[in-house]
Amino acid sequence: MTETATLSIWRGADKAAGHWETHQVPFERGQSVLDGLRWIRMHKDPTLAIRFSCINANACKECMMELDGETVYACTARLEPREMRLEPLSNKKLVRDLVTEIAPPVERFAAKDK
Amino acid sequence: MTEPMRVETDVLVIGSGAAGMYAAIEAARAGCNVFLLDRSLIGRGGATVMAQMTVAVALDDEAPDHWSLHYQDTLTAGRGLCNEALARLLTEEGPACIREMDAWGVGWARKDGKITSAFAPGHDRPRCVYVDFLRTGPAVSSTLRGVVNKAKSITRKGDLYVVDLIKAEGEVAGAVAWHIASGAPVTIFAKATIVATGGLTRLYRRNSASLNMGGDGYALCLRAGARLIDMEFVQFFPIGHLAPRLIGMDPIMWDPFRYKLGGKLLNNRGEEFTQDYGVAEDGKYIITRDVGTYAILKEVEAGRGSPHGGVFLSFQHVPEPKLREAFGPVIDRLAANGIDLTKQSVEVAPIAHYHMGGVQTDARMTTEIPGLLAAGEAVGGANGANRLSGNAITEALVFGRQAGRTAAGWVKAIGKVPTRPEAAQETLDLLAMDGPGHPPNTAEMLQSLQQTMAEDVGPLRSQSSLKRALVRIDELSHATGERPFGNGQAFDMVRLDWLDLRNMLTVARCVAQAALARTESRGAHQREDFPGMLPEWNVNQVIRLEDRRRLDIERAPASIAKAAAQ
Repeated sequence: MTETATLSIWRGADKAAGHWETHQVPFERGQSVLDGLRWIRMHKDPTLAIRFSCINANACKECMMELDGETVYACTARLEPREMRLEPLSNKKLVRDLVTEIAPPVERFAAKDK
Repeated sequence: MTEPMRVETDVLVIGSGAAGMYAAIEAARAGCNVFLLDRSLIGRGGATVMAQMTVAVALDDEAPDHWSLHYQDTLTAGRGLCNEALARLLTEEGPACIREMDAWGVGWARKDGKITSAFAPGHDRPRCVYVDFLRTGPAVSSTLRGVVNKAKSITRKGDLYVVDLIKAEGEVAGAVAWHIASGAPVTIFAKATIVATGGLTRLYRRNSASLNMGGDGYALCLRAGARLIDMEFVQFFPIGHLAPRLIGMDPIMWDPFRYKLGGKLLNNRGEEFTQDYGVAEDGKYIITRDVGTYAILKEVEAGRGSPHGGVFLSFQHVPEPKLREAFGPVIDRLAANGIDLTKQSVEVAPIAHYHMGGVQTDARMTTEIPGLLAAGEAVGGANGANRLSGNAITEALVFGRQAGRTAAGWVKAIGKVPTRPEAAQETLDLLAMDGPGHPPNTAEMLQSLQQTMAEDVGPLRSQSSLKRALVRIDELSHATGERPFGNGQAFDMVRLDWLDLRNMLTVARCVAQAALARTESRGAHQREDFPGMLPEWNVNQVIRLEDRRRLDIERAPASIAKAAAQ
C-alpha cells in the first residue's frame, strides 16, 4: 500500500474565524512539506494560500509557517507519513491560510504609501 | 470597486533581483525618487538569490586578463548571434560593478589579498569570481539590499504584481499593479519604467529559478508594444540535480563542485561519454552548457541513462579531505540528505536555467517605446544562442546600473510625472471582474503548461513537437479566457495563477513559434529535424504583438555576421 501524509491545514482570513481542513497526500521519502502543499493545490484545491518563491533552495525564506506548533520552512521540513498540523505564524499578522505578513513594515504596501 | 491607490515616482523599477536593485541604486544616486517593487519579498526571489557560484569578469588582478578577451569568449559562446554592443557593455563595465560590489562588502573569495577567480567552461582562463560556499547569489542579494535600504529616495514595496504597463500617446507612463496581500488595485505613474523581472524558466517543469520567473516582463513589454528578441534560446543547465531527492539545496548546486574538483559524468555503464559528443573532459570541467545538455539527453535517448532519466555525476575518485576543503559545510548538508559523495554518485539531468532572449534594447537599456527600459536577464541579445557560465550576474549588475543611469537622464528632461488615469482604466476594469463560478484548477493548468514546454519545447525540438505544444498552448489559452478567475481578495491564489497563466501562455507561444520558425540547430536551440547550423540563419528573430493577439516574427541580421565558432 502506498503511504500517505495527512496534512491538517488551518484555513481562513480571520484569526478568530478559521477552520481546519485535512488532506491525504501521497508520501515519497525525501519530500518536503512544501511538496505536499503544492500537491494539494494541483490536485485538490488551488485556493489554498501559501507563500513561497524559490521552491527548494531555502534561499528566499518566504515559506515560514508553523508545523505542530514549531516555526519551520516548509521547503526544508520533511514530509512524514503521519498527521502533520500546519498553521500560519502565530506571531505575525495573518493574510490568508498559511500566509502571514513577514516583510519588514517599511516594505509593505499600504494606503499611506499613496 | 475600491478606488485604486496611486503612487507617483520618477523611476519605477519592476523586480528586485540584482538588476532591479542596482538600477534603483544608480537612479537614486543620480537624484531620482525610485519606487522599487516586487511580486514577492524585496530582494529575496528572482534568479539572483539562487546563483551558486560564478560571476564572470576580466579583473586583470590575480592573473592577466582584459575585457576584450571576455568579450571574445562571450561572442564565441553565442554562436554568432550576440548583440555586440550589449556583449561589450557587459564585459567592459563588468569590472567596475564587481569592484563596487566588493567595496560594498559582498565578500568575493580572496587568495593572498586578491580577488580570486575560478575557471568555468567556455572561458579562455580563470575568470569567475565567487563567494564561498555556494553563497554568491545570497551575498549579492543581501549586499544590494543593504545599499538599497540606506538610500532615502528609494521606496521599496513587496507583494505588488504588475498586471500591465500604462501606455498613453505611445509612451509608457508607469504600471497598474495588483497588491496581492490586500487585493487592492494600484496605479503607479512614473517618468521612466524599468522592467527587471528576469527570465522565463518557470515555463518548464524542472527549473532552477524562483516561482516568480514566469516571463512576466516579456509579456508586459510585448503588450506595451516593445519587441522581444531570440525567444527560442532557452538555456538548459546540463547537470541539474535529479536524484536522490534533496531538500534545502538549489538544483544547480553541483556546478561549483565541478568548477573546483572536476568530477565525472557517467552513463549507466559507468563510462564517461562526453567524448562521443566532441568534448573529452578528462577530469576537468570544460563542456559548455549547450553541448553538455545535448550529450546527456542523447545518452538517455540511447538507453544509457540513469534510473530517473539523467546520467550520473561522480566525485568518488576525490579523496574526502579534498572534498571537505572545497565544500566545507555543504558536505554536512548533503549528509543530512543521506548523500555521501565518497561512496555514491548522484543523478543529474538538464534543467531550465536561463533565457538568452528577452526584451530588445540598445546598450542604454532603452526599448523603442519612450519611457520603457529593461535590465538584467529580461534583456535579450547579449548572450546570443548560448550564455557563458558566469555572465548572468555580471549582466544583472551592469545592465541594472546602465538602466538606472539612462532613466535618470530621462527624468531630468521631464517636468512632472505624467498621470494618465484614463490609460490605466482597461486594466483596472480587468482586475475589478469577478471570475466564473467553477473555474478549472489553475495550479494544474500551470503544471500542464510546464509539462508541455518540458516535453515539446525543451532543448531538443522538432516541427511535430513544437506544433503539438502550440496546440496545447491554444487549449490552455482558451481555458484561461479573458476574464480573471477568483475574486481578487487578499492573497487570492487562483487570481494570481490566472494572471500568471495570462503572461506565461503568451511567452510560451513566443518561444514555441520562434523555435518552429528557426529551421536549424544552434546553441541552446537544437532541432531534431534540422541538425546543422546554417549560415542563412545568422539572424535574430524579433517578435512583436500585432492587433493585441497575433505574434509577428521578423528576421534581423545578427550584429556580427561572421560565422559562429563551431
